[in-house]
Amino acid sequence: MTGAEATQQATPQPAKPTGKLLEVRNLTVRFETEDGTLTAVSDCSFSVDRGETLGIVGESGSGKSVANLTVMGLTRSPNTTIEGEILFDGKDLLKAKPEELAQIRGNDIAMIFQDPLTSLHPFYKVGWQMIEAVQAHQSLNKDGARKRALDLLDLVGIPEPQRRLEQYPHEFSGGMRQRVMIAMALLNDPKLLIADEPTTALDVTIQAQILRLIARLQKEFEMGVVMITHDLGVIAEVTRDVNVMYAGRVVEAGSVDQLFYNPQHPYSWGLLGSLTRVDVLRHSRLSQIKGQPPSLLQPPEGCPFRPRCPHAFNKCHELPPLEHRGGDPGHLDRCWLSPDQKQELRVLDDGSIGLREPEEVGA
Amino acid sequence: MGSAEGTGRPLLEVNNLVKYFPIKSGILIDRQVGAVQAVDDVSFTVHEGETVGLVGESGCGKSTLCRAILQLIEPTSGSVKFDGRELVGLRSRELRPIRREMQMIFQDPYASLNPRKRVGEIVGDPIQLNGIASGKGLRTQVQDLLERVGLSAEHFNRYPHEFSGGQRQRIGIARALALRPRLIIADEPVSALDVSIQAQIINLLEDLQSEFNLTYVFVAHDLGVVRHVSDRIAVMYLGKIAEIGDADAVYENPVHPYTLSLLSAVPIPDPRENSSRKPIILEGDLPSPANPPPACRFHTRCPYATEICSTEEPPLIPHSSNQIAACHHPLNKEHPEAVAAALPHSQVNST
Repeated sequence: MTGAEATQQATPQPAKPTGKLLEVRNLTVRFETEDGTLTAVSDCSFSVDRGETLGIVGESGSGKSVANLTVMGLTRSPNTTIEGEILFDGKDLLKAKPEELAQIRGNDIAMIFQDPLTSLHPFYKVGWQMIEAVQAHQSLNKDGARKRALDLLDLVGIPEPQRRLEQYPHEFSGGMRQRVMIAMALLNDPKLLIADEPTTALDVTIQAQILRLIARLQKEFEMGVVMITHDLGVIAEVTRDVNVMYAGRVVEAGSVDQLFYNPQHPYSWGLLGSLTRVDVLRHSRLSQIKGQPPSLLQPPEGCPFRPRCPHAFNKCHELPPLEHRGGDPGHLDRCWLSPDQKQELRVLDDGSIGLREPEEVGA
Repeated sequence: MGSAEGTGRPLLEVNNLVKYFPIKSGILIDRQVGAVQAVDDVSFTVHEGETVGLVGESGCGKSTLCRAILQLIEPTSGSVKFDGRELVGLRSRELRPIRREMQMIFQDPYASLNPRKRVGEIVGDPIQLNGIASGKGLRTQVQDLLERVGLSAEHFNRYPHEFSGGQRQRIGIARALALRPRLIIADEPVSALDVSIQAQIINLLEDLQSEFNLTYVFVAHDLGVVRHVSDRIAVMYLGKIAEIGDADAVYENPVHPYTLSLLSAVPIPDPRENSSRKPIILEGDLPSPANPPPACRFHTRCPYATEICSTEEPPLIPHSSNQIAACHHPLNKEHPEAVAAALPHSQVNST
């Protein structure tokens, strides 16, 4: 089942376990700031099961990281309001006590971040940090924990793990540091791995190594993976289902094939059209999305993409629900245009998919 | 049309450019114990009106090369000619009039603008310092520039922190344009920006190029962006040029195995294309430029390396009508099947 289908079922009724590994329902996260209330995530739902990979794609400020930090319980603070449900193995994490959450975090759910240098402590040897992480969750003695750390460094492809355990993070290259982060994430056999832009800071050749490594380990351990990225190339390569987020909301959800070959939301068209590709000849102009993402302090009324959308009309002042409108079953979007209009409007003059310039639309 | 040498009048000629950074040791007396060979014997030519893309992994010397071209750092040896005039060895006063014609756009739109200056000063200071305009004339000139890059005249009195990343990059572009340069070196100008904003900036740079007949050296690690903007591409590895040639030739029929592995490592935003190719995944990391492998610097990671690659340095020579490369085992002659399998099919078919 796709993340999309789960969203469709999400109703305001009380939580009923569906047997999914992770199910996020109608999550809303608000931060009280000096400038007012900032709604980082609005009514966001997704789910992922063991062995599946869900991609979440969006630009900076789209709420993709906040939603997943909230799953890990890392946004809890007095000035944060969280609504909705986060069911992990049938248990609502939002209702879990901090100590319960601390047990789940790093044990059942692990997370890797974009910047492996700031995620490792610069003062402690890599081995010390790994052994601590094992001992926090398993009753192993130091030798046992060390053995576990060695095995994992070996598993993620770090040569000479014995010597590497005695080194500090700065002695590792970017790609090697990310491997250490992955090894640390796997120390306690997590059921779910949340990867937040794990390859963004890496060169393409190293990115290819890391993506391949995550895919291999996922298969070996039957993990669920949430891959958060801004790169549609990474989405196409590693995920099966994908959610597109914009201004804190999921605007389109479906399988990768549905998103790439039959995109329903104008923001998705804009994203696809603004990509430069290594396999496409230089063409005249990229189809760009005009303007900038809206402020989350004062989000626009109705559809969040309305101010930038060349196809917006009166009805767009009302927020469209995320539901099935066109395309295959399970493919959801938040756009009032009719499926026929979408088929026509998303095609540019050269036959590719993109967002038209406002003047071409004649608005 | 279409040769490894490019077309048109040469505007920038780089010959055997070398930049080593000494590694020093010792407390009282500095002893040089080695050198980081950041740029080692690089030669290429950029012709008027074209865009040359420069790609390579981090640490391969792309940024050092840019800085050495602009004489922001002093090259160890070699020559840089701009419009026929030698720049290496000129004193800063002699360089000043030439600097007006060569400008740079930086990667980080947050770090490259002075937070304590207003936009009007950031863009206007170069104009004023060069005595081109002042007072009211300066203000109109700056406001025209701001409008040209997609900002508005009212932004004149604002500070950089009031702008988003994409808008800041527009300010940086306006500053680079202020002196009507002929050559712009753009060092990763869009890599800090979101995809939709990237497209806006790339479109803007292309519009400005045709409007002002600009010549670009465009540095990026995103191979898709580089393909989109470039007429010719130079691929660097550990301070040396591995391959240089027409953009389409380099992307569709790469000669150097490093070029192929870079290209095949880029995930294609198309699930079917992605699953239909067999990428070459390089093992290991980039070796240290302080201690580069002997002979062919790529031989330690190259899937096709043989003995000669570790004993003899391959010369940078033509391998097709529009590509030159430094390789003992050029893919177009020895491994054409690897190219066909590793690159997306649309690409191979389109040639």
